[in-house]
Amino acid sequence: MRLELSGLTRSFGSLVANDNIDLVIEPGEIHCLLGENGAGKSTLMNMLYGLLQPDSGHIVIDGEKVTIDSPAQAIARGIGMVHQHFMLVPVFTVAENIMLGREDARRGGVLDRTKANDRVRELSERYGLHVDPEALVEDIPVGVQQRVEIIKALANDAEVLILDEPTAVLTPSEIDELIEVMRQFKAAGTSIVFITHKLKEVKAIADRITVIRRGKVVGTAEPSASEEELAELMVGRAVDLVVDKEPADPGAVELEVRGLTVIDERGHTAVDNVDLEVRAGEIVALAGVQGNGQTELAEALLGLTPVAAGSISLSGRDLTKAGTRDRLEAGIGYVPEDRAHDGFVGSFTVAENLVLDLFRGEGFSSGMALRTSEIESNAEARVAEFDIRTQSIDLPVSSLSGGNQQKVVLARELSRPLKLLVASQPTRGVDVGSIEFLHKRIVHERDRGTAVLIVSTELDEIAALADRIAVMYRGRIVGIVAPDTPRDELGLMMAGASKQEAEVEATEHPTTLGSI
Amino acid sequence: MSDTEQVTPPADTAPPARPKERSGLPGWAIQTLVTLSAIVLALVVGAVLIIIGDDQVKESSSYFFSAPADTVTAALSAVGEAYKALLLGAVGSWNAIAESLTQATPLICGGLGVSLAFRTGLFNIGAQGQLIIGAIFAAWIGFAWHLPPGIHLIIAIIAGIVGGAIWGGLVGLLKARTGAHEVIVTIMLNYVAIYLLQWLLTTHAFQRPGRSDPISPVVDGSAQYPQFAGNRLHLGFLISILAAVFVWWLLNRSTVGFELRAVGANPDASRTAGMSVGRAYTLAMLIAGALAGLAGTQQVLGTDLPLTDGVAASVGFDSITVALLGRGTPVGTVLAGLLFGALNAGGLQMQLQTQTALTLTTVLQAVIVLFVAAPALVRSIFRFLPKERGIGVVLAKGWNG
Repeated sequence: MRLELSGLTRSFGSLVANDNIDLVIEPGEIHCLLGENGAGKSTLMNMLYGLLQPDSGHIVIDGEKVTIDSPAQAIARGIGMVHQHFMLVPVFTVAENIMLGREDARRGGVLDRTKANDRVRELSERYGLHVDPEALVEDIPVGVQQRVEIIKALANDAEVLILDEPTAVLTPSEIDELIEVMRQFKAAGTSIVFITHKLKEVKAIADRITVIRRGKVVGTAEPSASEEELAELMVGRAVDLVVDKEPADPGAVELEVRGLTVIDERGHTAVDNVDLEVRAGEIVALAGVQGNGQTELAEALLGLTPVAAGSISLSGRDLTKAGTRDRLEAGIGYVPEDRAHDGFVGSFTVAENLVLDLFRGEGFSSGMALRTSEIESNAEARVAEFDIRTQSIDLPVSSLSGGNQQKVVLARELSRPLKLLVASQPTRGVDVGSIEFLHKRIVHERDRGTAVLIVSTELDEIAALADRIAVMYRGRIVGIVAPDTPRDELGLMMAGASKQEAEVEATEHPTTLGSI
Repeated sequence: MSDTEQVTPPADTAPPARPKERSGLPGWAIQTLVTLSAIVLALVVGAVLIIIGDDQVKESSSYFFSAPADTVTAALSAVGEAYKALLLGAVGSWNAIAESLTQATPLICGGLGVSLAFRTGLFNIGAQGQLIIGAIFAAWIGFAWHLPPGIHLIIAIIAGIVGGAIWGGLVGLLKARTGAHEVIVTIMLNYVAIYLLQWLLTTHAFQRPGRSDPISPVVDGSAQYPQFAGNRLHLGFLISILAAVFVWWLLNRSTVGFELRAVGANPDASRTAGMSVGRAYTLAMLIAGALAGLAGTQQVLGTDLPLTDGVAASVGFDSITVALLGRGTPVGTVLAGLLFGALNAGGLQMQLQTQTALTLTTVLQAVIVLFVAAPALVRSIFRFLPKERGIGVVLAKGWNG
C-alpha cells in the first residue's frame, strides 16, 4: 500500500500544529518520522489514524483520495497504530486482548477462543514474534506486550503500521528484537512509520527519514547522515551532543544507603537490599529498564515511600525516618520522574512553582504572609538564569513546553544550597535543545561539590553524565561500572547479567544499536 | 540532506505552545460570560415553567385554535409580571435590597466554607451540619448565658465558629488519618447534626419552658446581631464580607493558603515538595467548618432568634451551589451569594403578588448552576462563548476527579 499525505494542515486556535505537510510512505519501507516533542508528529499521526481531522489537505491511499473519520475507518483501510502507552487489558490473555472488540462466537454466544488462539499463533510464527496466545498480559514482559499490540494491528490486516515512540519502554536487547521484527515486516511488504526522537535508532533501522520541526517538514535525510546532522535538522541549530565535563573530583561520601529494602503497594519487593554511596562532586547514574526499582529507590531517598529495612544517611546524618520536608531542608534536591505528576502544580504560575518547596523560607514569607514581591523577583531571576521560555511568570506552568517545565523544576531545586541532587529521568520528554542545557546545569552542580544521583533509562544520557554507573535489575544493583563501559555490556547488565557475563556475551554477540 | 534544511527560522524563538484552544479573554471574563449566559438560559427555562403553571394561560389555551393570540398574550403577561415582581422584590426598594442582603448573609459565609474546602481539593457537603452545630453552640450561649452587650455577642459568635470548626475539622481529621472520603463523612455528619438538634430541642436545657414544640428560648438581646433600621438586615452581613476578605487573603496571600491551594491542585507534587497533605485537609475542613458555623450564628443570632429545628433551612446545601457558581473563589462566592439572596428575597414577593410558587426561584438557582457546571452545554447554545479553563472546567468534571 502506498500512502500519501498531501498538504495536511491542522491548527489548534492560533497554533499551527501541522503546516502543509507532505509525506509519502512507499510499500514495504521503514519511514522514520523524527522530531522533538511538540514538533507535531503526534498530530500528524492522529490525523492519519482518524483521531483528528485536517483543516486542509488530504490523504491518498494507492492513488485514491480518502477521508478517515475514525480509528475504525483507519483500521478498515489497513492502517494500524501501536501507541506509546499500551491499550491492553492486563487480566486478559493475549488472545483475549486480540479478539477484544471483534469477538468471534460459536453458536449460543460462546466465545471462540480456539480460533483466536490459532490466529495469534499463526501471526506470531509468521513474523517471528514469539508470543504465547494463552499467557496473561500482566505476566509477560513489556517488550512482549508491545508485540501483542503489534499483533493486534496485524490481526486487522494492517498494511501500514504506525509505531509511536516504541522503544521508550524497552531494554536494549528488546529494542534489538523489535528492530528484527520490523525488518520481517518490511520483507513481508508492510510499511512502517516509526516515530521517535532517538537518533541512534533512526540510523539503525530507517530506510528514509523525514524530520519535522514546529509543524513543518524541514527536511529528509538518509540513514547514513551523522547524529549531529540529524540533531541539527531536528532542532534547527547545531547541537552539542556531548556534554563537556572535567573528570570528577569526588570528595567525602554524602549519600550513604545501606541494605535498603522497599516493599511497594502491591507487596512486591521493589528495592532489594541495596547499598549505594554517592560522593560530593560526582555523578552516579542509576541505569536500568523502567520498573526495576529505580523509581522506588529515588522516592525512598526523599521519604515519599516507606522503607522496609536498611538506612539512608546524608553527610553522616541518619535520615531513614525523617519526613520529606526535613530531607529537603537537610539539603536534598529532587527532580521527580514524572514532573507533571510530582514535580509541579500545573495550575500554579511559574512564579509560584519556583517556590513550591521554598515558600516557607524567610526570604519568601514573613509570619503567615507571603512576600509576593520577593516571589516575583525570584521568578524573574530564575527565568533569566535558566532561560525558561515563558511569556510571563504569571502564566500557569502547564502552558509551558515540557523542556521549560523541567527547567522550572530544576531551577527551583538548584536555587537552594544542596548536598545531594536526585534527578529521575531529568530529560524525559524534553526537546534536544533543553536537554543540552539541563545536562550542563547538572554537571555545573556537580562541579560545585554537590553529590548527584541520576536515574535514567536512556543510555545516551547516562553516557553523557555519569562518573559511575550503577545498573539496577529487579530491585538490585547488579554492578557498578565505569562510564566508558560499552553499550552492549550495559544493555546486558540491565537485563540482569553480571559484569563478567556481560563482558563475555557482548563481545560474542554484538547488537545493532551497540555497533553504531 | 535536502535543501529544505535551509528554511530554518533565524534563531531559536519561543517554544511551540501546547496545542490547546485559547482565546484572548482572561479567565474571569470567560467565567462571567458563561455565568451570565447560564442566568439567561435559566430565566428562559423559568419562563416556560411560569407559562405552564399559569391559570390564565391554561384557560386561554383551551380555545387556542380560535384565538391563539390570547394564549400568547396571557403567557407573555404571566412571565412579565412574575419576573417584574421578582426583580422589584429583590432590588425594587431599600427594604427589598436589605432583605436580599439578609438572605445573602449566611449563604456567603457557608459558600466561603465550601469554596475554601474545594480549593483544597475537598468536596464539603457538610456545610449544613456544620452550620447547625454552630447555631446550636451560638444559641445556647445566647439564651443560657447572660452577659453584658457586646461581649455576649462576641462570645456567642466565637462559640458558633468553634462548633462549626469541630464538626468540619472532624471530617478533615478522619480523611487525613484514615482516608475516609469527605463526601461520605460530611453527609453522615449532616444527619447526625440534624437529629442532634431535634433531640436537643426536646431536652430541658434547650426547649423553651412551657412549650411542647421544638423551639428554644429567644436569644438575649445582648447576643443578637445589631440590626440596621427598619428591616431584618444585621451586622452579620458586614461580617460575611469581612470573612470573604479574610478567605481571599488566606488563599492568595498567606503561606497556609499557598499550601492549601497546592494540595488541592496537585497533592502528589505537594507531598513531594515537603507539604503535609493530611495537615492541609484537616486545616481546610477546620476553617470551612468555622465559616459554616459563622453562618449558623447569623441565622440564629441575626434572623431567627430562637433556635428551631428549621434553623438551617436549606442554607447549608444552598451554600454548595453558591460555591459552585462562585467557582470556588471568594469574590465569586460573594457575588453568587448576593444573586441567590436576591432570588430568595424576590421570590417571596413574586409568590405574594403573582401566585407564582416560591419554588420557582429554587428551580432558577438549580438551573443556573446546572448550566454553569455544564459549560459545554451553554457553549452549544451560545456559540460565541470561548472555552473555559481552570476551576470551571474542574467543576464540570467533578471535584475529586
